[in-house]
Amino acid sequence: MAITNSPEYSVSELSNALKRTVEETYDHVRVRGELGRVTVAKSGHVYLDMKDDKAVIDAIMWKGVASQLSFRPEEGLEVVATGRLSTFPGRSKYQIIIEKMEPAGAGALMALLEERKKKLAAEGLFSPDRKRALPFLPRVIGVVTSPTGAVIRDILHRLDDRFPRHVLLWPVLVQGDKAAEQIAAAIEGFNAIMPGGAVPRPDLLIVARGGGSIEDLWCFNEEIVVRAAAASEIPLISAVGHETDTTLIDYASDRRAPTPTGAAEMAVPVRLDLLERLDGQRQRLGAALLRTLEHKGADLRAAARGLPRPDSLIADKTQSLDYLQRRLGPALQSGMERRANRLALLEVRLRPEAMARDVAERMRRLEDLSRRLKAGLSQQIAPRRQGLQASAQRLVPQRLARMTKDKGDALSQMMARLGRAGQAQSKAQALRLKSLSSQLEAYSYQGTLQRGFALVRDEAGHVVREGRALAYGTGLSLTFGDATRQVQVLGEGDVIAPSPSVKSKPRAKAKPQTPPEQGSLF
Amino acid sequence: MSESTPQEITNMPFEAALAELERIVQKLESGDVALEESISIYERGAALRAHCETKLKDAQAKVEKIMLGEDGKISTAPADLDAR
Repeated sequence: MAITNSPEYSVSELSNALKRTVEETYDHVRVRGELGRVTVAKSGHVYLDMKDDKAVIDAIMWKGVASQLSFRPEEGLEVVATGRLSTFPGRSKYQIIIEKMEPAGAGALMALLEERKKKLAAEGLFSPDRKRALPFLPRVIGVVTSPTGAVIRDILHRLDDRFPRHVLLWPVLVQGDKAAEQIAAAIEGFNAIMPGGAVPRPDLLIVARGGGSIEDLWCFNEEIVVRAAAASEIPLISAVGHETDTTLIDYASDRRAPTPTGAAEMAVPVRLDLLERLDGQRQRLGAALLRTLEHKGADLRAAARGLPRPDSLIADKTQSLDYLQRRLGPALQSGMERRANRLALLEVRLRPEAMARDVAERMRRLEDLSRRLKAGLSQQIAPRRQGLQASAQRLVPQRLARMTKDKGDALSQMMARLGRAGQAQSKAQALRLKSLSSQLEAYSYQGTLQRGFALVRDEAGHVVREGRALAYGTGLSLTFGDATRQVQVLGEGDVIAPSPSVKSKPRAKAKPQTPPEQGSLF
Repeated sequence: MSESTPQEITNMPFEAALAELERIVQKLESGDVALEESISIYERGAALRAHCETKLKDAQAKVEKIMLGEDGKISTAPADLDAR
């Protein structure tokens, strides 16, 4: 080992020497770079990477510094950080301890803003369909803003001028790293108030902040704030910064007011205007009713004038009645007279002498007719009587007897011939019968019975051809070759194949007493 | 005008009540209304007007501050804003 005069450090000594050197040499630096990974530790300290295209340096921002930031450090954001370098001897790593950090120029922030705006717009958060109308006269207005400063005072003053209302202020930070979280929580908190609870639910929200730099207003560009505003069920007015400042919450809100004062003007109508308008309506309402009543009254009077006087309505009728009454007496009188005259005329024609003359005349005609009837009758009878006598003389009994005898002889002869012929005929018939009998015998079923078939008859002696319909217990007679025996049906009928053309296997058990095709035996 | 106001009018938003009142006035003014109806709509108009007046009288400023409890419940307290 070469002897040198180089001093020998312990690792700790070297590390501490380096730490001193680094801290003394770089106790105040400004460095520009892009933010890499950003980690917020539980402690609240923020650990970041700063980088450019060739190098990376660790950076740390203590909790106190981080809370002062006007924007949220994000990966990709270009920043200018001011601080000092230090090392951490435990790992011999150096890092910049940031005391102040700003976005590197407005351009960088605007680019970030534009990108986020596009992303949220693509989700539909800014869609005009989502905008709701503000209530005409809200009962309770929820205001999300800082409890200190001019903004809340401006809003309250303008509300007082126009229409004093119940205002609920939800105090929030409107700048710094906690601001976005608090604003979003306030919007959600107002929406979470249930109607009818101890705290009244606002029917309108105003989210407001005074003017400031783009960094100051940055929390109103944060995604959680924009999302909370878009999700708010209560209509929401955004009033952030001055008229020229537009933050993303303005796109998501239902109305954007140029200033906090403007928000108050949008929120409520002017009470005095309304009172005036209402008073005008009241006067017109009363006047209109009066005028209507007057018109109706006038109409009524005009209509009444048009009505005829009641006595004039009946005058004519009265006159007609009088006239008719006057005519009624005489008319009755003359009617009676006319009828009396007609009666007198009829009475003249209805005298007893006239009637007696009538009856005598009819009697005479009746006698005349009966006389002529008698004479006519005897005149008709006499010629017929003579005709009858002539016919009777021609009716002789001997002729009749002879005719009878002749016909009797002929009959006897015929009878004798018939007897002879009948005998001959009978003999021939007997022979024929005999031959037929023997033929018949040859075809008789008796032969069939000898072959083992039986003939079935019912109690009435009819041949039974079908066994299906036979009831249990029915009496039958079976004729065998040598004798006839009485039997009774037992068991239920097994249906044999319904058609003889179907070949069914004969069942061993089925022994029908009547063969289904008995008819074919003959 | 101490007649009892129908529940339906009591719950009406101011704007809707005012708009109906205006319609009633116009209808009455047109004169084209039957007598019976003119009286009944007048009565409704009067009730609407009273309702609107009540809403307009209810114009007291009240400013409260939300207090966030530890359990996440909220309550209110009168706001003493420094500059008021």
